[in-house]
Amino acid sequence: MNMLTEAGVEQQLADQGNTPAIKMRGKGVTVHYGDKQALFGVDLDVPEKQVTALIGPSGCGKSTFLRCLNRMNDTIPICRVGGDITLDGEDIYDPKIDVVELRARVGMVFQKPNPFPKSIYENIAYGPRIHGLTKNKAELDAVVESSLRKAALWDEVKDRLQEPGTGLSGGQQQRLCIARAIAVSPEVILMDEPCSALDPIATAKVEELIDELRQNYTIVIVTHSMQQAARVSQRTAMFHLGYLVEEGATDKMFTNPDDKRTQDYITGRFG
Amino acid sequence: MVSYLVLLLLVLGVAAYFVGRSRAVASVGGEVSRLHSLPGQHGLFLAMIAAGPALLAVLIWRIATPGIEDSIVQSRFAAELAEFGVPQLQAFLRDARAIAFGGIVSFPDETKEAAAVVFRSLHQTSIWLITAVALILAAGGSFFGYSRIAPAYRARHVVERVVKWFLILCSMIAILTTIGIVLSLIFESILFFSEIPIFNFLFGLHWSPQSAFTGAGGDAGDVNTEIFGAVPLLAGTLLITFIAMLIAAPVGLMAAIYLSDYATQRVRAVAKPVLEILAGIPTVVYGFFAALTVAPFFRGVGESIGLDVASESALAAGVVMGIMIIPFVSSLSDDVINAVPQSLRDGSAGLGATRSETIRRVVLPAALPGIVSALLLAVSRAVGETMIVVMAAGLAANLTFNPLEAVTTVTVQIVTLLVGDQEFDSAKTRAAFALGLLLFVITLALNVIALRVVQKYREQYD
Amino acid sequence: MTDTTLSTGPASPDSLHTGDAAKARLRARYAAEARFKWLGAGAVALAGFFLLLLLSTIVTKALPAFHQNYVALEVDLSADKIDPADPGAANFLGLVHDGMAGEFPQVSGRQERRLLRGLVSTGAGVMLREAIEADPTMLGGTRRIAVPLDDFADLYLKGLLAKSGPSCRIAGVTVSGAGDEVAVGFPDDAILAMARGAGAVDGEDGGLRLTSGSQSLLLEIAGGTLKITELSTGEAGGAIGKATVLEPLASASDMPDDAMLRTIETAEANRKITDREIVWLDRLAGAGKIENRWNTLFFFTGASREPELAGIWGAVVGSALTMVVTLALSFPIGVAAAIYLEEFATKNRLTNLIEVNINNLAAVPSIVFGLLGLAVFLNWFSLPRSAPLVGGMVLALMTLPTIIIAARAALRAVPPSIREAALGIGASKVQTVFHHVLPLAMPGIMTGTIIGMAQALGETAPLLMIGMVAFIVDIPGGFTDAATVLPVQIFMWADFPEPAFQQKTSAAILILLGFLVIMNAIAVVLRKRFERRW
Repeated sequence: MNMLTEAGVEQQLADQGNTPAIKMRGKGVTVHYGDKQALFGVDLDVPEKQVTALIGPSGCGKSTFLRCLNRMNDTIPICRVGGDITLDGEDIYDPKIDVVELRARVGMVFQKPNPFPKSIYENIAYGPRIHGLTKNKAELDAVVESSLRKAALWDEVKDRLQEPGTGLSGGQQQRLCIARAIAVSPEVILMDEPCSALDPIATAKVEELIDELRQNYTIVIVTHSMQQAARVSQRTAMFHLGYLVEEGATDKMFTNPDDKRTQDYITGRFG
Repeated sequence: MVSYLVLLLLVLGVAAYFVGRSRAVASVGGEVSRLHSLPGQHGLFLAMIAAGPALLAVLIWRIATPGIEDSIVQSRFAAELAEFGVPQLQAFLRDARAIAFGGIVSFPDETKEAAAVVFRSLHQTSIWLITAVALILAAGGSFFGYSRIAPAYRARHVVERVVKWFLILCSMIAILTTIGIVLSLIFESILFFSEIPIFNFLFGLHWSPQSAFTGAGGDAGDVNTEIFGAVPLLAGTLLITFIAMLIAAPVGLMAAIYLSDYATQRVRAVAKPVLEILAGIPTVVYGFFAALTVAPFFRGVGESIGLDVASESALAAGVVMGIMIIPFVSSLSDDVINAVPQSLRDGSAGLGATRSETIRRVVLPAALPGIVSALLLAVSRAVGETMIVVMAAGLAANLTFNPLEAVTTVTVQIVTLLVGDQEFDSAKTRAAFALGLLLFVITLALNVIALRVVQKYREQYD
Repeated sequence: MTDTTLSTGPASPDSLHTGDAAKARLRARYAAEARFKWLGAGAVALAGFFLLLLLSTIVTKALPAFHQNYVALEVDLSADKIDPADPGAANFLGLVHDGMAGEFPQVSGRQERRLLRGLVSTGAGVMLREAIEADPTMLGGTRRIAVPLDDFADLYLKGLLAKSGPSCRIAGVTVSGAGDEVAVGFPDDAILAMARGAGAVDGEDGGLRLTSGSQSLLLEIAGGTLKITELSTGEAGGAIGKATVLEPLASASDMPDDAMLRTIETAEANRKITDREIVWLDRLAGAGKIENRWNTLFFFTGASREPELAGIWGAVVGSALTMVVTLALSFPIGVAAAIYLEEFATKNRLTNLIEVNINNLAAVPSIVFGLLGLAVFLNWFSLPRSAPLVGGMVLALMTLPTIIIAARAALRAVPPSIREAALGIGASKVQTVFHHVLPLAMPGIMTGTIIGMAQALGETAPLLMIGMVAFIVDIPGGFTDAATVLPVQIFMWADFPEPAFQQKTSAAILILLGFLVIMNAIAVVLRKRFERRW
C-alpha cells in the first residue's frame, strides 16, 4: 500500500514539471432534481491522464457531478443540468454533441458491479459491437483479450470466457465492468465508488488497476474512503452540501487543506 | 317449504343474538366489566349454536338427497332397469324427476310415471324429516347455549374459533373448485372413453359427431367410434392461436417497450387506458366484431385479388383474437421489462449504447424468460377463448393449415355439442367433456410451465 | 504491459470515436434507433386504431336502434268492433290492419293487402289491447293511434335497407291504358341512357328490360306512381315503354304531363322490401303519419323473435339477478379466504396448495367453469337450468381468484404497525383483523371486487353451458326463473338472420359497455379517493 502511494506521489511530482493538459472542465455546474437543487455552481478541472478523486460526505453531490460528466443524468427525467462542462474544449451539453458518442469517449463504472447476464466474452464484446469498432472476429477477440489483460482479469478468466459474467466474484465482476468500459477505448473513465461493494483484497486489486490505467486514460473517481483517495489519486476535490469546497493536489489536500471543513472531514470529525 | 325453514332458522339466529346479549348482561346485573367476553360475543355465540347446526344439516340434506333418492328409486325399479346402461339410466332418472317436480320431459312412459310417484313421496318424506331434524337441532342448540351463558363463560374464544374455521373453509373453496373441475371432467370422460377408445379420440383425423349416433335418446348405444377424432380440432385451435399470436406478440411486446422506454407522460396517459379498455371489452363483443366486420372485410379483399376466402375464415377469427390478446401480452411484458434492474440499463448507456441497442441487446435478452412465459400465458388464453371462435370460426372440422379456410376449434365444438341439446347422455355430449378435459390439461400445462419460468426469472433478480 | 488494442487505440482517439467512419456508423445507429422507436409507436397506434375501429363500428350500427318509427292510424274502436262488455275478445290486430287499409283505400288485391298489413308490426294488436286495458275511455269512436312499424319498414325509413338514387323532373310524359299495366311515352330518349345506367338488359325485341336485378325507376305522375319495366326508341323520336302501376293515377289522361323520375339504387332482388312497399311508406311519410320515437320498446321489454318488438330489459334483469348471486357468494368467500391466507395461515403445505390452486384457477378457461356448473350444479344438485342462481354460482367460482388476489394485495398493503398497535392493547387476532386491518383494506378490496364483477358481467361462455342461452320472452322475476343475461342476449341476437337484429345487437353491446364503464369508473374513483400511502 505504502509503496503505491509513494509511486503516486512520484508520478505527480513528475507531472507537475510539465503542467498536464485539461481534459474536462466544469464551470458553474448546477443540477436540479425537480425543485431540489443538488449542485451549486461547481468549477472543476480534470487534468489529462491523472486520477482525480471526488470526496465528501454522502449526499454532497459528488456522484451527481460525476454523472454530469457523461450525461448519465439524462436518463433521469426530472434532472436539469446548468453551467458548462467541456471535453477537449467542446461543450458536452451542446445540442450538436451526440450523447452516444460522448459516452463512448467518457466511459463509466458503477458503484455496484453490473455485468450483463451474458458470457464474460459477450460482456466485453458488447461495447465494440454496438459501436462497430471491429471488422472481424479476430479483431474482436484481440480487443476482448487486451481489455481483460488491462483489467488484470485475463489470467483468471481466460479458460472460461463463455461462462456467465454474473458467476464471477464481486471483485472480478467489478474488474469485468472496468474491462467492459476499456474495450470501447474511452478517453475518460468515470468511476462511481467502484470499491464500495468489494472486500479489502478485491479493493486492493482494483486500486492497483486504477493506478496502472492512469498511463492511458483520464480517470475521475468518486470515493467514500479518504485512504483510497490518498492512495490512487493525484488531485482531489472536496464536496459538501452541493458545493465544491476545495480542490487541489492530493498530497496538499491531505496534509495542509485550506478549508476548515476539508480538515474536519479528513480527520474524521464528520462524514 | 325448505326455503321457509331456512328463513325461520335465520330469524331464530337473529333473535338468539339479542337474547344471548341481554342474558349475558342480566347475568352480571348490568356490570358488563365482570363478563369475561363482551355481551355481543355471547349473543353471537348463542346465534351460532342455535341456528348453525340446523342450517348445516339443511345444507347437507340439500347436497345429499338427490343421490339418495336416485339410489332408492333405482333399487325399487331394479327389475325394469336391469338392462339399462349408464346413459339410459341417467336419462330415465332425469325424466322421472322432470315428471315429478316439473321440467322438460323427453320420452315419458309408464315406468317413468311410476318412478315419478316414488320420487314425489320420497321427497315429501325427506322434507318432513329434515324439518324435524332441523327444528330439534335448533331447539337443542338454543337450550344448550342459553344454559352456558355465564359471567365466566369464554364466548369470545368459541366465536373466534368458529370464525377461523369459516375462514379456512372459504379458502378451501379454491381447492374444492379444482377438485370439482377435475372430477367432473374425468368422470364424464371415462364414460366417454369406455365407448370411444382414447386412441381414436386423440389421434383420429375425422370429427363429425353430428352423424355419430344411430338412434335418439335411449337408443344411442351404437356409436361409430371413428368419427370422434380430435386432431382436426386441435389443428384448428393451433392455427387460430398461431394467427392470434402473430398479431398479439409483436404488437403487444412493442407497445410495452414503447410505453415503458419511449413514450412521454402524455402519450402514456392516453395509451394505457386504451389498452385497458381493449382488455375490458367482453369477448362476445369481439366475436360480433369479427363476424360482422372483419370476416366480410377479408372476404372482400380476397375476392378483389382473386382469392377464395371462406366467410368464417380462420384468418378473421385469429386476427380479432390477436387484437383481444394485445393488452394481455403488453401488460405482462411491461411487468417483466420493468423487472430488469436499472443498473443494467445504466451499464449499457454508460458504454454509449443507444436506447434501442440497450433494449434489444441487454433488456430483452435479460427479460427473455419472462417474455416467454408471458407469451405462453397468452397462448393458453387464446386456446381457451370461446366466444370469438364460436361466432366467427367454422363449425365443420376441417384438417387444414390454410388460414383462408374455415376451421373449428375445441371450444367451438364444446359449445355446439352442449348448447340447445337437452340430452345429457349420448357419446356426443360426453365428447364435450372429453374435449373440456383436453382443454383443461393443455391450458394447465401451459400455465404451470409459464409460472415456473416466471418464478425462476424473479429469483434471478430478487 | 503491451498494448494490443485497435490500431487507432486511445493514443489517437479522434479517429476512433469522432472520425468520419465513426460519424457514419453513428448515423446508421441512429437510423436503427428511429426505426425501432417508430415500430413501437406504430404498435401503440395500431392498438388504438383497433379500439377506435371496434367502437366506431358498434356505435354507428347501434345508433339507429335507439329510435323506432311508428305509424299513426285512424282505428275504429266503436262498439260494433269491440264489445264494451268483453273488450279482450276483440281482434285487435285486425282493427289495426283495417286502419292501415283505410289509409290506402285503393289497395284491393289479396296479395297486396297482405303486403300492406305486413308494414305494421305483428305486436301492434297486443299493444292496442294493453293501451285499451290501461285506458278504457278510448273505446267508442275512431281514435288516432300510433303503432310500431315492422322491422323492414322501419329500416327502410332509417335509410338502412335501400339506397335512393337521384331524382329528376321530366316534362311531357304521356300515360295511356288502364289496369295494372300501362304504356308510357317520353318526349326524348335520355331516359334510355338512364335505364342503361340503371342496369337494364337488352330484350329480344331490341328494347330494354328493367328486371328485379336492376335499379328501380319509379315515375311519379298525376298523383300516382308507376314502375318502368320496358323501354324502347319511339317511332316519332323520344322513347316509349311499359310500366307497372304501383299506385293508381288520380286522373287518367293521355295529355302530356310533368313527371318525377326516382331511382332506387339497390336492386329489388337485393333488398328485403318491394318497390310497392317503398311507395306506400313514402306516401305515409309524406302525409306526416310516420313518427320517429325514442325506442322505449327496446329498453323496457323482453326478448322477441320480431326485431321491432325485441327488448333488452329481460336480459338486464337477468344480468342483475345473476350479479347479485355472484356478488353475494364471491365477495364474502373471497374476502374470508384472503383474510385467512394473509393474516392467519402459517406457511405449510396446505396453504401452499391453496395458493397454487388460486393462481391456476385464475387462468383456467371460462368455458371449463361452465362444464363444472353443468356437471355439478345441474346434473348432481339438480338445480334448475337457465337460472340466475346457477349462473351466479358459476360466475362466483370464476371471479373468486380475482377477488382473493386483489383482497390479499389490499391486506398486505396495511402496515404491520397497525396490527401491532391493536395487538399491543390486548385485542385478539380476530378482533385486530376485523376491527382494524379489514376496514383499512376495504377500498382496495372493493376496487378488486368491482373489477371482478365487471369481468363476470361480460362473461358469456360458461353461461351457455348451463342453458342460459334459452329463448326467454318473460322478464325473470326471481333467482330460479329461466333467464338470460346481456352478453348471452348479444350472442343470440348476433346469430339471428333479420338485419334489424344487427342494430339491436350493437345497441345491446353499447348498453353492456355502458355498465362496464360505470363499474370501472366507480373502481377508479374508489382507488383515487381512498388511496393511502403508508
